[in-house]
Amino acid sequence: MNPEISIHNKKKIEFHPLSMLYACLVYLFLYLPIVIVIVFSFNTSKVNIKFQGFTTDWYFRMFDNSRLMESFYNTLLVAGASTVISIVIGTLCAVGLYRFEFKLKSLITNSLYIPIAIPEIVFGIALLVFFSSIHLKTGLLTLILSHVTFSMPFVAITVRSRIAGFDRSIEEAARDLGANEFRTFMRVTLPLIMPGVIAGGMLALTLSLDDVVISFFTSGPGSTTMPLYILGLVKKGVSPDVNALSTLVILGTIGIMVIAQVAQSRLEQNEGGNNSEN
Amino acid sequence: MKGKSRPDLPLYVMLGPTFLWLLIFVMIPLFNVIEISFLTKNPSGGIDFRFSVESYASLFKRDFMLIMYRSFALSLQTAVLCLLIGYPFAYVIANMPRDYRKYFLLFIMLPFWINSVIRIYGWTTLLRMEGVINTLLLTLGIISKPLEMLYTDGATLLGMVYELLPFAVLPLYASIEKLDVSLLEAARDLGATKARTFLRVIFPLTMPGVFAASLQTFIPSLGLFYISEMMGGGSTMYIGNLIKNQFLSARNWPLGAALSLFLILITLILLKLYTKVGKLEDMA
Repeated sequence: MNPEISIHNKKKIEFHPLSMLYACLVYLFLYLPIVIVIVFSFNTSKVNIKFQGFTTDWYFRMFDNSRLMESFYNTLLVAGASTVISIVIGTLCAVGLYRFEFKLKSLITNSLYIPIAIPEIVFGIALLVFFSSIHLKTGLLTLILSHVTFSMPFVAITVRSRIAGFDRSIEEAARDLGANEFRTFMRVTLPLIMPGVIAGGMLALTLSLDDVVISFFTSGPGSTTMPLYILGLVKKGVSPDVNALSTLVILGTIGIMVIAQVAQSRLEQNEGGNNSEN
Repeated sequence: MKGKSRPDLPLYVMLGPTFLWLLIFVMIPLFNVIEISFLTKNPSGGIDFRFSVESYASLFKRDFMLIMYRSFALSLQTAVLCLLIGYPFAYVIANMPRDYRKYFLLFIMLPFWINSVIRIYGWTTLLRMEGVINTLLLTLGIISKPLEMLYTDGATLLGMVYELLPFAVLPLYASIEKLDVSLLEAARDLGATKARTFLRVIFPLTMPGVFAASLQTFIPSLGLFYISEMMGGGSTMYIGNLIKNQFLSARNWPLGAALSLFLILITLILLKLYTKVGKLEDMA
């Protein structure tokens, strides 16, 4: 490391108490509502306004709320299916864009940014209009199709940025040694781009679980997702069983993301190790 | 098939699905919206295949102009507040020891992974008349009457800032982190005060981040109709609610389509302005 930089870093380590206080306030702002949702899942009062006493009942009673459970199941199904499809299509696209030079290349590359750039609400109504024009009833299928549409470009772009730096001669070596296209892809290319695929897949999963606006327009009466179910209840009043399930969702999401981060940095470290051996 | 590579086949296998997907689920739907915006609504809520620019003309009606003005004002307030809160915060993180930064950034991203309806619902519990904040203030004797916080325009603004703050922090952090420390030292050595160094060196150099942060808060805030419904009670109409209503309750699809295209136009103009100042990759 450059000695000048390390000297500067030492100077920077002085934590200003005011700046730390400021950072803490911002975190408080971000986490306060989440903590409140969790705290109120242990509330004895059915009207979810004042905290009256501690109970864990709602974590058992939530299973009796069939509409809540159904919306939760729909959320998982849509997220799972759209993530898998997005990973497959997006990864193929990224590798294809890396390998080939062809006429439509810049068109496809630029088109990937369209779903990212246009406002969600416009995208939502565009899909609604499209599905109604081909007489496809809104439901789980239309939800999955629309979630793939906004997730897939993120997978493709993430994987693509990951491939940009890799050595093409390894693939050629595999083919020279007699591996066919499919085998080369599965055994050589895929392991190399795995950290990118995981990152892209996690992004797709998050986007799907997080989506409200597009799902709002592309879901049908029998296919509400959990956020839409809560949205519909909020004015009438939400009961604590929703908080209980939300708490589990919050903890589950954080758990999955932390595991994914660790797995990803492990993969990257391994690779770093291999490279230094070379 | 084995052994011999056939480069033509994999091209279609690899890019065909993406091409078709984008064509069917992005291009065609967007063309549908354009098409519908030029058609006429019929009294029963359907669409007549009759060409008209009526929807576009009605965008200039006084009521709609007022809603658009109000929406842009809200989005502008959101973007400015996100910058004011996010800039110092990003600056603090960027000046931390390298090993810590990762965790602080992770904690900014964490809430973003949890569905926003759940988080905004948490805010409604806090802000209600009989909610946590009012109860606390009443018990402490700071106020004698509960404050009206939920279902106000201020609550909508709070929800927007809350939802979009991480989108401002990340690009700001990226551009502050890239600052060349030797330039800051040069400014200091030449006798510039801290305030002057910030205004004349740091801030101008981080302009790409400021632009990216403004765009990433301004554009999405135009469409987040559910936040004004949950926090504002839906009494104040914004462009997002207006579009939503045209498709669900009012059933005036041509007008909704025209409004959507107007929103795309605004987005494109802003993105165009942005690409003149910075690079698109800085958005991430």
